[in-house]
Formats: sequence, structure tokens, C-alpha cells
Amino acid sequence: MVHGEAWTIKEFFTYPNEYIYWTIQIVMYPFMTGLVAGAFVLSSLYHVFGVKQLKGIARFSLVFSFALLPVAMLPLLMHLQQPLRGIEVMMTPHFTSAIAAFGIVFSTYGMIVASELWFVFRKHFVETALALKSIEGRSALQQGQYLLFSVLTLGAWDISHEALEADERAVKKLAAAGIPVACFLHGYAGFIFGSVKANALWMTPLMPVIFICSAVVSGIALCILTYILTMEIRKQLSRRRRLAHPELPSMEELKSAEAHVVAMTSRYLLMFMVAAITLELLDLIFRGYTAVKSWDILRSVIYERDFVNIFVVQYGLGNLVPFVLFLIPGLTIRRAVVGTVLVLLGVFMMRWNVVIGGQAFSSSFSGFMHYVLPLWPDNMETLKEGLVGALIVAGVPFCIFYVLNKVMPVFKETH
Amino acid sequence: MISRRSFCKKSLLFAGGLAIPLSCLELFDPKRLLAEKDQKGPRWVFLVDTRKCVGCGFCVKGCKVENEVPYDANVTRTWVERYVVTTDGKTHIDSPKGARDGFPNKGIDIGHGKLEEIKDDDIDKAFFVPKLCNQCDNPPCVQVCPVGATYQTADGVVLIDRSWCIGCGYCIMGCPYGVRFFHPVFHVAEKCNFCYHRITKGMQTACVDSCAFGARRVGNLRDPEDPVTKVIMTERVNVLKEEYGTKPQVFYLGLSKEVK
Repeated sequence: MVHGEAWTIKEFFTYPNEYIYWTIQIVMYPFMTGLVAGAFVLSSLYHVFGVKQLKGIARFSLVFSFALLPVAMLPLLMHLQQPLRGIEVMMTPHFTSAIAAFGIVFSTYGMIVASELWFVFRKHFVETALALKSIEGRSALQQGQYLLFSVLTLGAWDISHEALEADERAVKKLAAAGIPVACFLHGYAGFIFGSVKANALWMTPLMPVIFICSAVVSGIALCILTYILTMEIRKQLSRRRRLAHPELPSMEELKSAEAHVVAMTSRYLLMFMVAAITLELLDLIFRGYTAVKSWDILRSVIYERDFVNIFVVQYGLGNLVPFVLFLIPGLTIRRAVVGTVLVLLGVFMMRWNVVIGGQAFSSSFSGFMHYVLPLWPDNMETLKEGLVGALIVAGVPFCIFYVLNKVMPVFKETH
Repeated sequence: MISRRSFCKKSLLFAGGLAIPLSCLELFDPKRLLAEKDQKGPRWVFLVDTRKCVGCGFCVKGCKVENEVPYDANVTRTWVERYVVTTDGKTHIDSPKGARDGFPNKGIDIGHGKLEEIKDDDIDKAFFVPKLCNQCDNPPCVQVCPVGATYQTADGVVLIDRSWCIGCGYCIMGCPYGVRFFHPVFHVAEKCNFCYHRITKGMQTACVDSCAFGARRVGNLRDPEDPVTKVIMTERVNVLKEEYGTKPQVFYLGLSKEVK
């Protein structure tokens, strides 16, 4: 069977070779890079602009951004017909292609986040290593941990006040440098689509900007959501632990910290959401107003075939409802959870409507293609490019975060 | 200990020193030198006379066999489209299996295996249009390939390196003509290459050889004596989707405005 035939239904006239070649994994790719960029921008709001209220979530979102980073690459690898040759994008880049910049942007960004994390957690590494060193007769596990943390210090054992202040300055500089790189990382994902002149729906110079705005929205939403979930888990754990250690923060302290951070962060979420929706609507209105050759088919895709996906799920459920939820005074944690989940759904649907919607019509402008998401895999292809593949991509960052949190505890007070 | 000033100085010197040998690469660009020396190579182009096409599909059959595109796979390097314009002004288009078996049904294939029957009296005009890769002068597929696995030769044909393609599908997305697809066996991008292995040896393409009606011809645009070049230079020819700026090199005689 030809690649794409398993999930494409054709209607009226399409060229014989046309299928939905870019499937759910290509929806996941901008969604995941968006989360990476958004989480980083959120952490930078504290480190660079000194938004003190975001302190609680800043370190959390930085580590989370790092956990998401390798996963931004995963959907691309799962989508490639020759995954073993994927490395050639970095080894032999062909620079007229937008994708060729991937290696450079991706590794630059990875290095910035990694070094920023190192500066943030250096004190913790040194302290942990020293504490382990002082233990007489270390077990094999402790010895392994000691080695790991010693290596992580990179030989910089100085944690005097001056050294830590120098660390903080470095963090600030790196976070400042990281903002444009994070925006570039994601804006360039938008450029990959926006520069395809053969696709009437994708081709617009607004695409990178729209992608960045919605990326920040989704990144912040995911950070709020994960923050709330982790805090809830911590509350349950602390209830048990406080019986043994009364010096730990009480339930009420944790709860008020949580509510404060969530309320503050959701303000920024709203701001970026307004920008994203404005740009998206501008694009839609402009297309309708100029009504070039492709508008007839685009109109039937946007207003008829994909109406539910675009106007009900994306704009209605994903934008309008959470907008109202966040604006009603007295934001509760429960309302924030519903709001952020809906925002994430909205951004995911935006990616879906761009990637799948862009292939919903033939480039002959005379026919349509319908994408049927393979739910249960019956071969390798439908496994990789179906629901299961997408769920794997969505689940991996949480596993990475769990591991990273063991080495770089996001909730422990450092300097 | 190296001082900041001397570090900056030495770095500048180093960068400047590197620039000299690198600029030689620009000055003595082997590709350009070769091009300046020999301008006589061919520029392959294609001429389709839609008025001669009867939609038999022999070209599609011939192409599939010659180029080892699995016969029953629903992808093809070349195909034939049928256009039926009815009295109500509507255009009905189809290309069942790329017209590999011609057009066995009178009804128009509208997908889902359904046919739309059209009465003979309702037909204003009907014609066939063969399609193949346009071997564009400004090929978007070459521009977007992230690893340079697809490239344009000096004689104008766009080729694919099957050992280098990573199968990302960006070129398939970038082609406005829909000529590209994933090869079902090799799992890399695939498209018509004007039977490059044949034309470079002085033969005709498989589809030209299969066409009993002379609707398809391949020629060399740089040779003014080539009959194909003469037609292109002296008659009213057209190309497909000029608005994309791809500068397609497949020329059509008798193209109608309905053609997509």
C-alpha cells in the first residue's frame, strides 16, 4: 500500500499522487515545540524581567522546557520514511530549505537551556555532592549518585556568595539570549508551513508570528496545569510527611502559594491569547477580503468541512470559553485547571486545523481529502502515524521530567 | 595568560586568514568554471499536444513498467486527466488510477468508488490532458529539500538521490503540480525524471515511445533545430500554474482554461 493511502479518503478530483502525507505527528511537532518555547518564555519573565510573582513557577517551567526539548524532535523522527537518515539534516544541511536550520536552532537552544539550568542548579549539585562525600562507607547507589553530582558540578565547587551572584547574572544573560532563540525555534516551525507556496492555506507571512503567540499560550497553559498537578500531589505527600516532620510547609501555605502563582501566570496567558486570536482572525478576514483564486476552495474547507473543528472546538471551546473562565473574578484552582486544559485543546486544534486542514483540499482546487486518524495500529505505519504514536509523543516529556526532577529538584529552595 | 585585547586581535587575524582561502572557493567555483566553458549542453523540455491525446493510458502503462513503479499501486509518475465541461458551466474532472487502464467507464469517478453519469447531450466539450513532472527552472522541491537529496542537473532535469532522501515529504508538499509521491518499495520521494536514463543515451522517454498518437514529445530547448523547440518558439504554447513562479518546462498545445 502507498504511504498515506491508509488514512486518506478522496472526494471529487484530486491528483492521483495526492494523499495526506503530513499526519498527526506533524501536528504534534509544532505543538511540542510550542510548549518548549512557551515554557521557556514563562521562565524568562522571571529571570529577565524580574516578575517576582512568577518565581515559584520559573524554575519549574525551565526544567519542564528542557524535558520537552528532546520530544520536539521525536514526532519528526516518527514521521520520516527513513528515520535512520534523519541525522543527515544536521550533518548535510541544505540551507535553502527551512528544515535545514533545524539542527542549528535546535542545538543552540538546547545549549542555552542546559547552561541556564546548570547555573540555576549548580549550588544544589555542589551541596548534594559534598553531602554525599561526607558519608562514610557509601553504598553502590550513593557512590553512583556522588559520581553523577560531582560530574555535574563540572569542577566548579565554589559556592561562596560572590560566586552565586555571578551565577545569577549568567542566568539572567542566558535567559535574555534564550527568548529570541526560543521564538526563533518556534517561529521557524511556522516558517516551514508559511513558506510552502504550493499550499494555499499555509502560505502567509503571518504564520510564524501566529505560531509564536499560540506557542507561548500553550506553553504557559501547560506549565500552569503541570504546576497545579504537582502541587496537589505535594500537598497529599506533605500531609503524610508532616506527621513526622512538623517543620515542613503546611497545607495552607502550599495552597495559598499555588493560588497566587496560578492567578498571576494566567494574566500573562490571557495577554498572549489575545495577540494570537487577533492575528488568526486578521489572517482569516484578509483571505476572505482579498479572495484570490484559492479562496473558493478554502472557504468551503473553513466554513463547511472543517467548521466544527475550527469554529466550535478551536475558537469556541479552545479560546472563548477559557477566556471567559479566566476573566471571571476570583480565579479558583479548579477553574484554572478546566481553563488550561481547554486552552491546550484549542492550541492543539489550531495546529491540527493548519496541518490537516491544509491538506484537506487538492492542489487542483477541485477536490477534497479527508483524514481518518488510525486509532488502533495494524502495522508499523499506522502505529507511528496514528493515535498511539501521538500518545507516545505526548507522554514522553512527563517521563523525562520525572527523571530530571530527581537530579534537579524544581521545588527545593536554592539560592 | 592571554589578555582580552590580544585575544580579540588574534581572533580577528584568524578569521581574516580563513577568509582568504574560503574566498578562493568563490573565485574558482568549479561548477561555474565548467558552465562558462561549456554552454552547449541540452535543456530537456517536454511538449504535450492535448488535441492529439485520446486518453488510452498507454503512456501511464509504459511509464510504470519502465520505471518500476509498482503496477497496482495508486501512485504514478505520469497520468492523464479527463475534462468534461457540461452545458451548466460545470467542469467534471477525473483520472481513475491515473488512467493506467485508460477511461473504462463513461461516468466520472468522484471518489469513494462512485461514478457520476453525464448525458451526452449535456456535454459542451471534453478533452484529455496528460500530466508529468514539469522539470521547473525554479523548482520548489529542490529548494525545500533539507538534505539536498533532490537536485537539478545542468540539463534541467530534477533528480532524486534514493540513497540520501530522508523521506520527510517536504518536497511533496512543495510541489504545486502534485507529481511527487513516496515510492511504495524504496520509501523515498519519487517522481518523473523524463526517463533520464533513456534521454541521456539518445532515446525517447517511455511515455513518448508508448504514445501512438504523437501527443507527447521530448526535446532540447538549446537546439534551435529540434522540432520540439521549433514548435515552442513559433506556436502558441502554454504552461501549467505559471502563477507559482516555478517556470515549468512542460509546454502544452491546446490548453483550456478549465485545466487545473
